[in-house]
Amino acid sequence: MLKYIVRRLLMLIPVLLGVILVVFTLMYITPGDPVDSLLGDNATPEAREALREELGLNGGYFQRFYNYITRLLRGDMGICYATNLNVATRIAQTFPNTVKLATFAVVFAVILGLSFGVISAIKQYSFLDNLVMSVSMIGVSMPSFWCGLLLMLLFCVQLNWLPASGFDSFACVILPGVSLGLNSAASIARMTRSSMLEVIRQDYISTARAKGQSEFRVIMDHALKNALIPVITTVGMQFGLLLGGAVLIESIFSIPGVGKMMVDAIKARNYPIVQGGVLVIALAFCLVNLVVDILYAYVDPRIRSQYK
Amino acid sequence: MNGDKLLEIKNLTVHYESFDATVHAVENLNLSLRHGETLGLVGETGAGKTTTVKSVMRILPDPPAKIVSGEILFDGQDLLKLSVKEMRKIRGKQISMIFQDPMTSLNPVMTVAEQIAEVIRLHEKCSKKDAHKKACDMLELVGIRPERGSDYPHQFSGGMKQRVVIAMALACNPRFLIADEPTTALDVTIQAQVLELMKRLKAQYQTAMIMITHDLGIVADICDYVAIMYAGEVVEYGTREHIFNHTGHPYTRGLFACIPDIFTDQNELEPINGLTPDPTQLPEGCRFHPRCPHATERCAKEHPENIELAPGHFVACHLANKGGNENA
Ligand SMILES: Nc1ncnc2c1ncn2[C@@H]1O[C@H](COP(=O)(O)OP(=O)(O)OP(=O)(O)O)[C@@H](O)[C@H]1O
Ligand code: SF4
Ligand SMILES: [Mg+2]
Repeated sequence: MLKYIVRRLLMLIPVLLGVILVVFTLMYITPGDPVDSLLGDNATPEAREALREELGLNGGYFQRFYNYITRLLRGDMGICYATNLNVATRIAQTFPNTVKLATFAVVFAVILGLSFGVISAIKQYSFLDNLVMSVSMIGVSMPSFWCGLLLMLLFCVQLNWLPASGFDSFACVILPGVSLGLNSAASIARMTRSSMLEVIRQDYISTARAKGQSEFRVIMDHALKNALIPVITTVGMQFGLLLGGAVLIESIFSIPGVGKMMVDAIKARNYPIVQGGVLVIALAFCLVNLVVDILYAYVDPRIRSQYK
Repeated sequence: MNGDKLLEIKNLTVHYESFDATVHAVENLNLSLRHGETLGLVGETGAGKTTTVKSVMRILPDPPAKIVSGEILFDGQDLLKLSVKEMRKIRGKQISMIFQDPMTSLNPVMTVAEQIAEVIRLHEKCSKKDAHKKACDMLELVGIRPERGSDYPHQFSGGMKQRVVIAMALACNPRFLIADEPTTALDVTIQAQVLELMKRLKAQYQTAMIMITHDLGIVADICDYVAIMYAGEVVEYGTREHIFNHTGHPYTRGLFACIPDIFTDQNELEPINGLTPDPTQLPEGCRFHPRCPHATERCAKEHPENIELAPGHFVACHLANKGGNENA
């Protein structure tokens, strides 16, 4: 198992290099000049040229990529144009907020999705099942930013129960977290339901019943653990979508997270921040998927024996 | 109530109901079994054998399955009237079941010892450790090294899995064991070993048993009584000797025709032509008439009653009492 983890961690290197290359290239070919937003329209050509030189924006593509990589390898992610802070410092300021938001959303989605998925499956074709499946259909198709706006209108503007922006108390996490997690909750509920339905038909469930085990334990001990295997995949994939959604949700709710930082940075052509942000999100995504694969092995002994 | 009967199924009718059709899986079925005896339940695929025994355990999937009518008396007590909780005390403790396919009847994410210990813990007041110890003893009893208890089902072969299932079924010393084709999924040499094991344990524990099988060789080997099922009904019931030597029903004779005649001295065998009827649209009259070589007009209209050919030997066929069909 340990060997497997080490191998997976080593595989991160080419993946992250690829991410860096893609983002760097994208930023290189996007029109626009960071100097515009830094100096304003009235700056003299000389001043602009001096600044370009200072920011290292002047060489060709390969020259600049080489410079970026070599500095990155030394642990230097560059300087944020807007604040003159180290990119690493900026990420350290914003990343915890994104983690908080994403964790809340995932926990919310998993709890909601699993419970409704299980209930739906054991009460297949009941009114409740139909209701859950209809609501989750809407949930899957509703973009999280739109859902966020609606929730904000209802709970912040109409009812005035929760704060619409900021990120200084737990109450601030609820609304963006829920908006972000709803989509995933719906997907997880649908996946859990179909996976449970599949498992419940299996002979070993009848075996468990034939032992005299109670229905509750049959579902919790025998069915759910088996049904979780495909659900874990869904959760892993949802996490990627969720990080994408976080960029939008953070902007809507003005949460000082990596997502909002990146959106602002893209507008201002603040290249080092964009690159640093993408890098850290890609890293987070890869690590979460590693955790997902380890969870697999934990749940399913057949996979565990393959990892040895 | 007949005192020495362990199990008595009376007029059991089970349907599978879906939106557009009703499967008449079991119709008006009667069976009985005494303490310590073995009954072979034989019939083609889809005859309703599994449905019958799952009704006894009350583990039919509901929906779609509905027990429409009937009584299932176990020790004189109607199982169908018991509360869920009372029924749970009987399952695994008084009545155990071995399922058709050992490959799928073990939970893939639990160790085999855990799975055996589970049934022990449910029915016997004992610590987790004692249950585990007993589970390992059971493994030893069925010929598996106890250390393998901490392995998962995927690490076992089919025959070993079926041994585990047997260990699990016998762990609480049940008085009645239902074995649903316990060897069909196994290859021939393993089949013989598993059967041998079951015979030995059955003798050792005096367990009564219903053995479902397609294999008349197995019936000849271990069953005291035989019930032949066709399209949800028992068409012939009697002692093994009677069924083998004085076969009464044309369908049963057809079944014998499917195997080389080492068990019968019949010289005129009648292989069964055609297919089992669609269980949503069963034929009128005798359900076997479209395939029966002796069918008359009456067979197509009138459902045959059970006729007692000899004491304890029942046949549901219009021709049975004429005695003419036995050497027809
Ligand atoms: N869950 C179900 N839903 C609908 N119909 C079912 C269901 N289970 C069984 N049936 C039908 O009920 C009838 C009897 O099935 P059953 O499983 O009892 O047959 P069987 O005699 O055990 O056959 P086999 O030898 O193949 O195991 C069949 O026609 C089958 O199609
Ligand atoms: S009742 Fe008629 S059709 Fe049915 S088995 Fe007897 S002879 Fe054949
Ligand atoms: Mg069956």
